[in-house]
Amino acid sequence: MDEKLNVKDIDLRNLDDTLFEKDDSAYADADKLNRPSVTYWSDAWRRFRGNKVAMVSAVILVLVIFMAVFQPMASPYTYDEQDLFAINQGPSSEHWFGTDELGRDIFVRCWEGARVSLLIAFVVAVLNGTIGILYGGIAGYFGGLADNVMMRFCELIASIPQMLWVVLLILIMRPGIFPIIIAIAATGWIGTARLFRGQVFSLKESEFVMASRTMGAGSIWIILKHLLPNAMSPIIISMANVIPGAIFSEAFLSYIGLGVPLPTASWGILASDGANKLLSYPYQLFFPSLLICITMLCFNLMGDGLRDALDPRMRQ
Amino acid sequence: MGKYVAKRFVSMVITLFLVATVTFFLMHAVPGQPFEISRETPESVKEALYAKYGLDRPLSEQYVIYMKNLLHGDFGVSMKYKSQTVLGKVTSGMPVSAVIGFGGVLAGCLIGACFGILAALKNKGITDYLVIILAILGVSIPNFVFGSLIQRYFAVEWKLFPIQGWKGAEYVILPVMAAAFTNVAYYARMLRTSMLDVMGQDYIYTAKSKGLNQNEIVGKHILRNSFLPLVTSLGPMCAGALTGNFVIEKIFNVPGIGQSMISSIQNSDYTMIMGLTIIFAFISVICYFLVDIIYGIVDPRIRIAG
Repeated sequence: MDEKLNVKDIDLRNLDDTLFEKDDSAYADADKLNRPSVTYWSDAWRRFRGNKVAMVSAVILVLVIFMAVFQPMASPYTYDEQDLFAINQGPSSEHWFGTDELGRDIFVRCWEGARVSLLIAFVVAVLNGTIGILYGGIAGYFGGLADNVMMRFCELIASIPQMLWVVLLILIMRPGIFPIIIAIAATGWIGTARLFRGQVFSLKESEFVMASRTMGAGSIWIILKHLLPNAMSPIIISMANVIPGAIFSEAFLSYIGLGVPLPTASWGILASDGANKLLSYPYQLFFPSLLICITMLCFNLMGDGLRDALDPRMRQ
Repeated sequence: MGKYVAKRFVSMVITLFLVATVTFFLMHAVPGQPFEISRETPESVKEALYAKYGLDRPLSEQYVIYMKNLLHGDFGVSMKYKSQTVLGKVTSGMPVSAVIGFGGVLAGCLIGACFGILAALKNKGITDYLVIILAILGVSIPNFVFGSLIQRYFAVEWKLFPIQGWKGAEYVILPVMAAAFTNVAYYARMLRTSMLDVMGQDYIYTAKSKGLNQNEIVGKHILRNSFLPLVTSLGPMCAGALTGNFVIEKIFNVPGIGQSMISSIQNSDYTMIMGLTIIFAFISVICYFLVDIIYGIVDPRIRIAG
């Protein structure tokens, strides 16, 4: 339609199709996404990043882990090196946190202790998560008799305070880092299993699982591909609580004399040694407990932040 | 109701039986011999000792004897101290542990609930933040650190209370304070959350719009409804109250069952550990049973489902 049309030339009775042009401009990019699509995880990450307290906690935790890994390597002292000419010295420029009754540097012992305590805590968390998810997933997914038997077993274990199981198991295995991990994890997964089973129970009736099954997916595929990612957020939140719990358990065991064997340092050993000398050398309790408290505080605050980020309904 | 109680009772008995069995076999899997003495011991003495404690018989026979004894209320004797029986330790230690345990739960629950209510009513105010900080500190400080600290300041420096021991009413205060600490934090947090939850419900708007004043709304609607999670959590709390204060009993040298457990662990007194473990397990299983019965009375839905 290059040449100009004269209105008079148009026969209004017989309008020709060539006179009209289809205007698609309004629909042209209806399918185009103007902004990047926000997945659940990037949304959660955005919320978590906005939470100053949780971010600061996370940074402090990274620092603590960094120090635990590298400080014992860089320090001029080792955790078991004794110096009987420098026993029970207060904090100084040489020994930042002072020395203990055998002249060992408490600063390096604190970070060596962080290694042991954090190692125990993280391995326990991973074991708890794995066993709990497998057990709870199987029980929840298959339901019926399997579920009944499996959950009865959990009830049986949970009917006794967890600490008693831990003490019994450590007595059998003899104290050590590995036995402590096994003993704490051996009964600790019950909570995760119950949590995951509950999630699976409600999720397995949902439409997307039915759709997947209709398309021929197997049970393992459905559990791993559909149920697990959807139940992930409560599990992550509970993991953030398992870690401080394991640090506490280790401290408790050290206090009752079932901790890691000497001369290994752990936060529990340091704090319980310090607690015995509180009256004469208070700094020996102060520094290890300060580290424990800061770490616990950060884990708890970060856990709260994770909960708010992953499950916005829970935000208060 | 009768059927429900009977069902729970049978399940409790089965649990008790299984727990006793598991404990027995776990304790017999502990490596080493029971009478390992560093000095030379004549074979005949060893044999006599084994015969006395029945350790020369096969394990299955020992198990049957042990179970029979349990049925007769005989939980065994100490291996290290003559004339000390498990039951004797428990009967002398139980009242003490109960005072500290239930005192800690009660004090923690009351104080924590007050803090939680204050925090929720002044949501986002200074009180609220203080309570949140307290609640997080409460779960971040190991109880033996907190116990040692209050012992140092309240007893040694300021001389307000006796340092340790168990000779009168003033000896109760510090251990109960230590036991209550975590509970205060726990309940403050719980009540704050559940109050805020209830305050957002529609029936609160209804109450407001029909002209009730703030006090009436809080007293009649908010508090009643937000105490529900607190009531449900009291059961496990009470089950843990008797068995959860090992460390505090040790710090304040209180002659409770937790202290006995720690010293028998430290002395490798295996028969004592086994007996005390079974008693602890029995206490918590029986507590859960009672709690289930109480829930059954309070909430009929549980009776039908369970």
